[in-house]
Amino acid sequence: MCLAIPARVAEILEGDQAIVDLGGVRKDVSLALLDDVNIGDYVIVHVGYALQKLDPEEAEKTLALFAEMGTQV
Amino acid sequence: MTKVRENYVRPLDLKQGRVDMTHGSGGRAMAQLIEELFAKHLDNEFLRQGNDGSVLPPLTLGGRLVMSCDGHVVSPLFFPGGDIGCLSVHGTVNDVAVMGAKPLYLAASFILEEGLPLADLAKIVESMAKAAKEAGVAVVTGDTKVVEAGKADGVFISTTGVGVLPDGVALSGDRARPGDVILLSGTIGDHGMAIMAQRESLGFSAPIVSDTAALHGLIEAMLATGADIRCLRDPTRGGLATTLNEIARQSGVGMMLDEAAIPVNPEVAAACEFLGLDPLYVANEGKLIAIVAEGDADKVLAAMRTHPQGARAVRIGRVHEDAHHFVQMTTGFGGRRIVDWLTGEQLPRIC
Amino acid sequence: MKYVDEFRDGKLARGLAAAIATEAAPACRYSFMEFCGGHTHAISRYGVTDLLPANVRMVHGPGCPVCVLPIGRVDMAIELALEHGVILCTYGDCLRVPASDGLSLMKAKARGGDVRMVYSSADALKIAQDNPGRQVVFFAIGFETTTPPTAVVIRQAAALGLENFSVLCCHVLTPSAISNILESPGVRELGTVPLDGFIGPAHVSTVIGYAPYEFFAEEFRKPVVIAGFEPLDVMQAILMLVRQVNQGRAEVENEFSRAVSRDGNLKAQNLVSEIFELRREFEWRGLGLVPYSALKIRREYARFDAETRFPLGYRSVADNKACECGAILRGVKRPQDCKLFGTVCTPENPIGSCMVSSEGACAAHYTYGRYKDAR
Repeated sequence: MCLAIPARVAEILEGDQAIVDLGGVRKDVSLALLDDVNIGDYVIVHVGYALQKLDPEEAEKTLALFAEMGTQV
Repeated sequence: MTKVRENYVRPLDLKQGRVDMTHGSGGRAMAQLIEELFAKHLDNEFLRQGNDGSVLPPLTLGGRLVMSCDGHVVSPLFFPGGDIGCLSVHGTVNDVAVMGAKPLYLAASFILEEGLPLADLAKIVESMAKAAKEAGVAVVTGDTKVVEAGKADGVFISTTGVGVLPDGVALSGDRARPGDVILLSGTIGDHGMAIMAQRESLGFSAPIVSDTAALHGLIEAMLATGADIRCLRDPTRGGLATTLNEIARQSGVGMMLDEAAIPVNPEVAAACEFLGLDPLYVANEGKLIAIVAEGDADKVLAAMRTHPQGARAVRIGRVHEDAHHFVQMTTGFGGRRIVDWLTGEQLPRIC
Repeated sequence: MKYVDEFRDGKLARGLAAAIATEAAPACRYSFMEFCGGHTHAISRYGVTDLLPANVRMVHGPGCPVCVLPIGRVDMAIELALEHGVILCTYGDCLRVPASDGLSLMKAKARGGDVRMVYSSADALKIAQDNPGRQVVFFAIGFETTTPPTAVVIRQAAALGLENFSVLCCHVLTPSAISNILESPGVRELGTVPLDGFIGPAHVSTVIGYAPYEFFAEEFRKPVVIAGFEPLDVMQAILMLVRQVNQGRAEVENEFSRAVSRDGNLKAQNLVSEIFELRREFEWRGLGLVPYSALKIRREYARFDAETRFPLGYRSVADNKACECGAILRGVKRPQDCKLFGTVCTPENPIGSCMVSSEGACAAHYTYGRYKDAR
C-alpha cells in the first residue's frame, strides 16, 4: 500500500527539509516527522516525508538471518 | 542627409524576440522566419528549390519506398541528452530504419506557440539540422503555423520520413517464430526518466541522460550480417514491455524474458523506485529490439556490440508457442510473472 | 541501492524457499493473508508464490487505499473539481479510479476540471500559496503511513493562516480493517476460510509501531508478522508464520526490525491525533461500513476540512451485483473464481475494487499471474 524506500540523508536544509540520495538520485524530503536526523542516516521516505530512521545494525542482522536460514536446510 | 536603405528588413531578433502571430500569417514576417531560421540551418538542394514541394531524384538502385510519420510533443523542450529538435529527427529516422530501410528524406511541420522565444526556436532548428546531417537525411519540405498563446506547449513538431527498402529485406512484427531469440541494444528507461527528472513538481534530480539517437547505423551493421532478422522495433512510448506485447500479438506467439539480463542504469532504477514506476514501461528513444532466428542470434549480437549504439546489447529472452500470446519473465528473484501491456498512463504512485 | 538490492537477492531467496519447504508440515495447509497491497504487489512482481510449496497459500487482503476508496468519495472529489471550481490536488494513484457516470478524476480533468497530480501533500499546500485567488483541495487518501504528511500540511496551513486550502480526508486505519475481515457480518454471510496468520505492513508500523496488533493476535488467536516490502522480507515473514503455526503460537513478531519498533513514531502519532479524530464509521469498498476505521479532521481544524467548507453530501454507490470483491478481500474466493474477472472486469475497465489499482488482488493476478490459469 504505502510505497516507501530507504534513502541516505545527503544534506540537511532549513525548515525541516533535507536532500536524500538513493543510488545517485537526489530528492527533497521533509524531516517534519522525525527528530535528530543527521547527515549519513538512512531514512524511510514516503510521499516526500522521512517517516523513520533505518537502523543499519538491525538491517545487517536481518540479512544475516536470511543467509543463516538458507544454510540450515 | 542620410541615405535611405531600400527594402530594409530588420533581421530576426534571435536574442530577445518571440514568435508572434505574424510569423504564421503567410506574409513577410513568415518568409523572414523561414529564410533566416529554417532555410539557413536546414539548407539543402531540395529546400533551395523554394517550391511548395520538393522534386526528388529517381531511385536508381531499385527497392521500394518506406514512409513513416511521427508527431513530437515533449515537456520540457530541452532535456539532458537532447531537445525536441533532434528528437523529432531521431524518432522518424528510427521508424523508417527499423523497417530495414535506409532513411533519405524528412518533411517537418512546426506548430509554434505565440510567445516562444526565437532563441529557443533557433536552438531547436539547429539541433534538428545537426541530427539530420548525422543521420544522412535531408529535410526537404516543411510548414510552419503559429497558434495563440496557451493553445500549444511551446512547439510541436511532426516529421514524416521517407526511406528506401532494399529488395529482399522484409522485417515485420508478424514474423516472430517459436525458438527465435530476443535481443535488446542497451539499457532501458533512460529517455522517459530523463524527462521525468526535469519535472519540477517531482522535486528530484538525477544524472540521467536521454538516449535519443538515430539507429540507422546500428541497423545497417545488423543487416550487413545477412542474418535472418525477423523484426526490429524501437521501444518508445510504453517501453520494452509494450513493444514486446505488440510483437507477440502480431506474430501470435508468447515470449519468456530473463529479468536479470535486461540492463537498467542504476540512476534510472533508483528514480523508478522513488516514483513507483517499472522501467519495463518507461520510454526509450535510442534503443531497439531485434527478433532473430536462433542460429543467427550470436552473429547479430556480435555485430551490434561492435557499433557504439549496441555496445551493451544483450540477449533478453526467447519466443515460444503460446495461444494466449503472453509475454512472461523469469524474475531476478527466481519466480515468474507476466509482463503485461501498460494499463492507462505511467503515473507516479504513492502506494 | 543500499538496503534495497540486498533484500531482493535470488540466491538468499532459494535458501529461504528451501527452509519454508522443509518446515511446512506436508500434512498441513497454511493460509496466510498479506493484508497490504504493497505485499501483494511484491509477491506478484517478483513471483514469490513460485518459490512456495503448494500447501502454503497467500490470500490477498484489502490493504490498498485506492481499492477500498468508495466510489462516493471519488464522486465528492469530482464534484469539487467540476461544480465548485476548486484546484483539486491528489496523488497519481487516484486519477484513474472509476467513479459514477463513467467519470474519473482524469476524465473530470478532460471536462475542464482543474485536477492536478501531486507527489506530496506539501505540493498541494504550495499550490494553495501560489494561487491565493483559488480554493485548493487536497484529496487525501491512504493508511497510517500517509496520514502524518497530511497532518503536517494542515498544521502548516493553520500556521500560515491560509484561507484557500482544505483537505477531503479519506484516511483509513489498518488494525480495524484486519479485525473486520475476521468478525464482520459480511464474513457470516460469505463464510470464511481459515486464515492461519497475517503479514502486517511494515510501513504502517514505522508510524504506529507493532503494539496495536498485540490485542488482535491475542483476541483472534492469530499470529502476525510485521514485514518489509522487499521479496526476501516477505519470504522470511512466511517462514516465521509457518513456525508460529507449527508451534501453536499466536504472537506479534517483527521482521522489519530495521525501522519498526513496538511504539513506532510518537512524534507522527501525536501530530495525527492533534489534527484528526476517529470517524464513527466509514465505508470501505468491498467491505462495506466498518466502525471506527477512518479518520476525520477535528473541529478545531474544521476550516481546513473540505467537507465543512463546501456543501458536499456523501452518497453511497453500490458495486456491480456480480462482483465478488467482498469475498475475495476476505479470502473466501480467489480472483479467478469471479465471473467478471478478465472478462468485463480488467485493469483497463475495472468493475470492482480489487481491479482498480495494480495492488488490488484481482489487478495483481491479472497483470502478473494469469499465466497460471491458462491451459
